[in-house]
Amino acid sequence: MGRGGSRAAPAAAMPPWHALPDEVWEHAFSFLPAASDRGAAAGACRSWLRAERRSRRRLSVANCYAASPQDAVERFPAVRAAEVKGKPHFADFGLVPPAWGAAAAPWVAAAADGWPLLEELSFKRMVVTDECLEMIAASFRNFQVLRLVSCEGFSTAGLAAIAAGCRNLRELDLQENEIEDCSIHWLSLFPESFTSLVTLNFSCLEGDVNINVLERLVTRCRNLKTLKLNNSIPLDKLASLLHKAPQIVELGTGRFSADYHPNLFEKLEAAFAGDGLAVSVSHLHKFHLNIETVNFQVMDLIEDHGLAVVASSCNKLQELRVFPSDPFDAAGQVSLTERGLVDVSASCPMLESVLYFCRRMTNEALIAIAKNRPNFTCFRLCIIEPHTPDYITHQPLDAGFSAIVESCKGLTRLSVSGLLTDHVFKSIGAHADRLEMLSIAFAGNSDLGLHYILSGCKSLKKLEIRDCPFGDKPLLANAAKLETMRSLWMSSCSLTLGACRQLARKMPRLSVEVMNDPERACPLDSLADETLIDKLYVYRTIAGPRSDTPACVQIV
Amino acid sequence: MAPPQERDYIGLSPAAAAAAATELRLGLPGTEEAEGGEEAAGVPLTLELLPKGSAKRGFTDAIVGGSAGQLLDAAARGKAAAAEEDEEEEEEKKKAQAPAAKAQVVGWPPIRSYRKNTMAMSLPAPKIKDDVEAKQTPTQGCLYVKVSMDGAPYLRKVDLKVYNNYKELSLALEKMFSSFTVGLGKSNGKSGREGLADCRLTDLKNGTELVLTYEDKDGDWMLVGDVPWQMFTDSCRRLRIMKGSDAVGLGKYR
Repeated sequence: MGRGGSRAAPAAAMPPWHALPDEVWEHAFSFLPAASDRGAAAGACRSWLRAERRSRRRLSVANCYAASPQDAVERFPAVRAAEVKGKPHFADFGLVPPAWGAAAAPWVAAAADGWPLLEELSFKRMVVTDECLEMIAASFRNFQVLRLVSCEGFSTAGLAAIAAGCRNLRELDLQENEIEDCSIHWLSLFPESFTSLVTLNFSCLEGDVNINVLERLVTRCRNLKTLKLNNSIPLDKLASLLHKAPQIVELGTGRFSADYHPNLFEKLEAAFAGDGLAVSVSHLHKFHLNIETVNFQVMDLIEDHGLAVVASSCNKLQELRVFPSDPFDAAGQVSLTERGLVDVSASCPMLESVLYFCRRMTNEALIAIAKNRPNFTCFRLCIIEPHTPDYITHQPLDAGFSAIVESCKGLTRLSVSGLLTDHVFKSIGAHADRLEMLSIAFAGNSDLGLHYILSGCKSLKKLEIRDCPFGDKPLLANAAKLETMRSLWMSSCSLTLGACRQLARKMPRLSVEVMNDPERACPLDSLADETLIDKLYVYRTIAGPRSDTPACVQIV
Repeated sequence: MAPPQERDYIGLSPAAAAAAATELRLGLPGTEEAEGGEEAAGVPLTLELLPKGSAKRGFTDAIVGGSAGQLLDAAARGKAAAAEEDEEEEEEKKKAQAPAAKAQVVGWPPIRSYRKNTMAMSLPAPKIKDDVEAKQTPTQGCLYVKVSMDGAPYLRKVDLKVYNNYKELSLALEKMFSSFTVGLGKSNGKSGREGLADCRLTDLKNGTELVLTYEDKDGDWMLVGDVPWQMFTDSCRRLRIMKGSDAVGLGKYR
């Protein structure tokens, strides 16, 4: 950095700031971890652009088709940690055709080529093959963290390659993936000399795991803090496992099998009483509460009275998720109602994220919840039966959800349900300034609903809509908004092919994907403008139209 | 206004379109009233289910029942059509869940499929009123098993409760893996081994025969079609489509 040391003469005037060497800026930017801040800095001038991009260590590509892997690697050559996300969120519920895309292979290949020092890789909703995992194991000598969330396409053979090849692996985090069981004892492929694991999560694996191999692994990894197992490990073996591995502070016991016995749980508790171990149990209806509980995920079998107990004991609760035990049981035998949520919102001051499935709701309850918890950042309410009104007044739930968005000024994610008219969208558009993700299903009465959202919601990034009476007009009228957003999904609405064509012509930097029923894979070109389309996925991209679409997906 | 060919486009034959238009609209009867504005705009008043291929029923099929006829959008539909649908519904409720009549909207409620299976497995046994009922009705709502095919890059999952027999399952699998050029082979018409013959598939690309196998509760790989359907669904843990030549030696040893 030039001539160091002091000089006899007074130092020459500092070079003008824009002539400072890049290294100075790179150092300055290292204090800006947030990608948005770095992005803003990069936009200031050429030298900052150059300094920032060359020193960027963490890269998050929220849509794998927004840019090509080559672009990413060229632009940010020093990346050590990359995260790439693929399919639209509604893929989780089977709405996206299989073979839609989101292959991880091109990203792994580009990374292997351009980021040899890569340490962390994270894929979400992508197709990751065993070959990808083999390539990862072979290409990055200091690979440390592999996180796969909601991915598919790989098997335990791929995991074996990771176990055998990644000498410095610290984290192997597998969340909600579909993993084929090849009956390969992948766990035993971690060499005896391997001791670096800090986090191991294989809760989504369906096959069996050898308890002895697991014990040996866990005992020699003295830094192991988080262990999340699948349900192949019986509870009574867990206690002995934990005795051998007291360094674990977070344990996930996976899903419970039908023959769960409450007294086994007590045995487990006794095994590490007083150690401050946080046990997270999923899908338990006989729950054990720890006042330190921060995330609580449970089935509706907990019922209102159970939630009342949670409310009074867990005042550090930050996130609550309540799932339906029998989603298709219209009779609703389980007594979980709006009461449970009201109680929790009243008594848990740190509660900021909720996912709640229930069968009935009132505006009054929602208004109370909004008043109790203005600090919500994520509010997802799913009233199981579409179009369900306030069960007491029979009114739409517009007032309730409006109260939520007006009160919770920091709300970044919202899912609405129940009977809703266009009015609620007017409120959301006007008040939900920080909202980034909005999910709408079976709601609204006209184009106005969509128009309110697209013309408001200043921070909107992801919008996903299904089965709503929204048509062409609001989409075309707000075309420019779509370029400020990451993506838009609309299925079973009232959109025509003509509007999609118009949108694509008007907005060249958007990719407009139309999906039709795979059984009727007729080329779109032959269809008239008036044809209604079933599924639309629009996203901004600098990479141009992708070339890996299956037959049922066409880019307009 | 929706001209007929649009219905075709979204997967309905013209004949089914009429019936489908009287499909149950989701929601409790009497909830939303027709608002003049919407009708005038030519936009469907409320969303209808857009059936995919086979006409799927409204979500509230089970509880709305007789009020199915009160469809607001069915301006042009006569009572006859509504009555016909009521009848259809009654019939379908009586049958074990046929794929066309399953009271389920695709992807709703928004729960991950693997989670659905988890919950099905982790619930305590449901309270059953009497044995007769227990035998007739399925104990859980769905039963997802993985299906893998040799050479295919992805796994799929099917809900076995949706099908009534081997033929339906076979057809569904053919559709599912159609992108890998699998076609239903010709049934040899051996009446005694009807189940098995239905499950012969052909890899159309190179003409090799594919065979459908499954892993049962004991961990053994068996040929699909050997046992009665109900027994099969009770014991099947997962499915695999493999080359005929690899399936030598599989079979029942009962």
